[in-house]
Amino acid sequence: MKRCSLGVTFSSALIFIFLYVPMLCVLVFSFNASKMGLTWGGFSTHWYEKLIHNEMILHAAWNTLVLAVTSTAVSTVFGTMLAIGMFRFPWSRRAVGKLNLLLHLPVVTPDIIFAVALVIAFSVIRYLTGLFELGMGSMIVGHVTFQTSFVALAVKGRLELIGHDVEEAACDLYAGYWRVLTKVLLPMLMPGIIAGAMLAFTLSLDDFVISFFTAGPKSTTLPLFIYASVKRGVTPEIHALSTIIMLATIAAVAVMQKIAPDAR
Amino acid sequence: MEYEPLEHAKEAHEIILHNGEMVRPSVIRARQAVFISPGMLTIVILLAIPCVSLFVVAFLTRGQYGEIQFAFTLDNIKRLLGFGYFGWSADNLVILWRSLVVAFFTTLFCVALSYPLAFFLAARPAKTRILWLTILLIPFWTNLVIRTYAWLLVFDSEMPFAKILSWMGLLEAGTSVYPSQFAVYVGMVSVFLPFVALPVYTAVEKLDWSIVEAAVDLYSSRWRVFRHAILPQTMPGLSVGITLTFIPAMGMFVVPDMLGGARYMLIGNLIQQQFGTSRDWPFGAALSLVLMILTLGALIAAGKSAKKKGKA
Repeated sequence: MKRCSLGVTFSSALIFIFLYVPMLCVLVFSFNASKMGLTWGGFSTHWYEKLIHNEMILHAAWNTLVLAVTSTAVSTVFGTMLAIGMFRFPWSRRAVGKLNLLLHLPVVTPDIIFAVALVIAFSVIRYLTGLFELGMGSMIVGHVTFQTSFVALAVKGRLELIGHDVEEAACDLYAGYWRVLTKVLLPMLMPGIIAGAMLAFTLSLDDFVISFFTAGPKSTTLPLFIYASVKRGVTPEIHALSTIIMLATIAAVAVMQKIAPDAR
Repeated sequence: MEYEPLEHAKEAHEIILHNGEMVRPSVIRARQAVFISPGMLTIVILLAIPCVSLFVVAFLTRGQYGEIQFAFTLDNIKRLLGFGYFGWSADNLVILWRSLVVAFFTTLFCVALSYPLAFFLAARPAKTRILWLTILLIPFWTNLVIRTYAWLLVFDSEMPFAKILSWMGLLEAGTSVYPSQFAVYVGMVSVFLPFVALPVYTAVEKLDWSIVEAAVDLYSSRWRVFRHAILPQTMPGLSVGITLTFIPAMGMFVVPDMLGGARYMLIGNLIQQQFGTSRDWPFGAALSLVLMILTLGALIAAGKSAKKKGKA
């Protein structure tokens, strides 16, 4: 028996309104013609047109995309390797415990401590080698550090699901290790790898704190740009930009639900 | 895991069966090292070692130009406890305490809102449930900065909400609802609500309703039905949700920064200041250390309560 009283429905409706009203406000005011303040000056797509011609925003959008794509590509490889290495090989119980702790460390560490740790690590590396000025490179490395664990955990789920039978059969048929890996294991892991990659991509787009600490002067991403604009005073352009990002997010979540409903 | 640990292969040249393949243990050791090293090295070098190094940096001295000097000092800890250059002040301790209070009440509000939401979702027919879950997930995936900035818009002095509040006499006319403690709480709850609602929903979905029915049949009050028939069953999901909310809420810096302003600083803002404008890394490290210890404490407490539930 499942029940859903009127009170529950009513409060849920209020909660959904609570979650969506702010986003709807942004959407509505992105079409507001008046330049200053929040009085309605008629419908207009003027701000979207201005957006397309704003060099800084286009640059930030490009940075965001480069950061997300590169870090996702690297972390998908690292994470998949990590999952296979940890859960397809014989480790002593003690080693598994330690590795598991390290694997979960990026998941449980609060953003801000993560960012502080990265800043310290980068400055030590810079001190020792002279490399690693804060910028796109350091941001990519930072994102890879937190994405890898999430990819590994997504792939781990798939690894546990598929069992060893097919790999063993392939070995019995004289497939070499490389062949087993590329022709049997990886294709079977693909749904997990894709789910992990999508998770990594969204996490990168979503991140603010780690980018904020590790960004250089030229590597501003969209969230950093919006944050800086809010400090300077919001313009309707930012409403339009936020609306586009929100719609992109909705599309991404919808695609994710279609392809990999288990991944969160 | 069905594998035997490698210790079984006592001699290095002994051939063992691994995953259907006859190989030397040394080959397997080499392979597993190759597989885990890129990921593990990244995590160890960039996260684990720097986190441990906080214990060292927190006791170093800040140089004149913000550089770190390798001289041991307890000043950062003293400063954290309020012993500054101008005598004792409670500022830092107040910020620390406020972070804990805000994290606590944010979690509490999220839990209170999660239950009706979870029951509502669980009562949807299977077909539309995915859609409702997606609707809940979309704000969760929307960028934190955008969602917080959206609240700035809602709370603006020209928007209806501020006007209603000032009409009721709760707000000075012509002022915005932010920066205020209220705005921080609203922002925090809207950010963290899905973190509690989703695990609670998973638990509610698996609820054994016969126990609830039995309680109702025996004339339990609504509160007792919840307390004794629903709460224990949903505890696993609830404790996951609480951990997922309380820990990041303690260190949150975007929401208090945008909606709270300087008067409602939390420890996250203070840390950010040390690594940003103040350039006082040792003090920032000391603050981060405190936050890290609080996080560990929360994780251990969550682990303990989970174990206790497992035994019962």
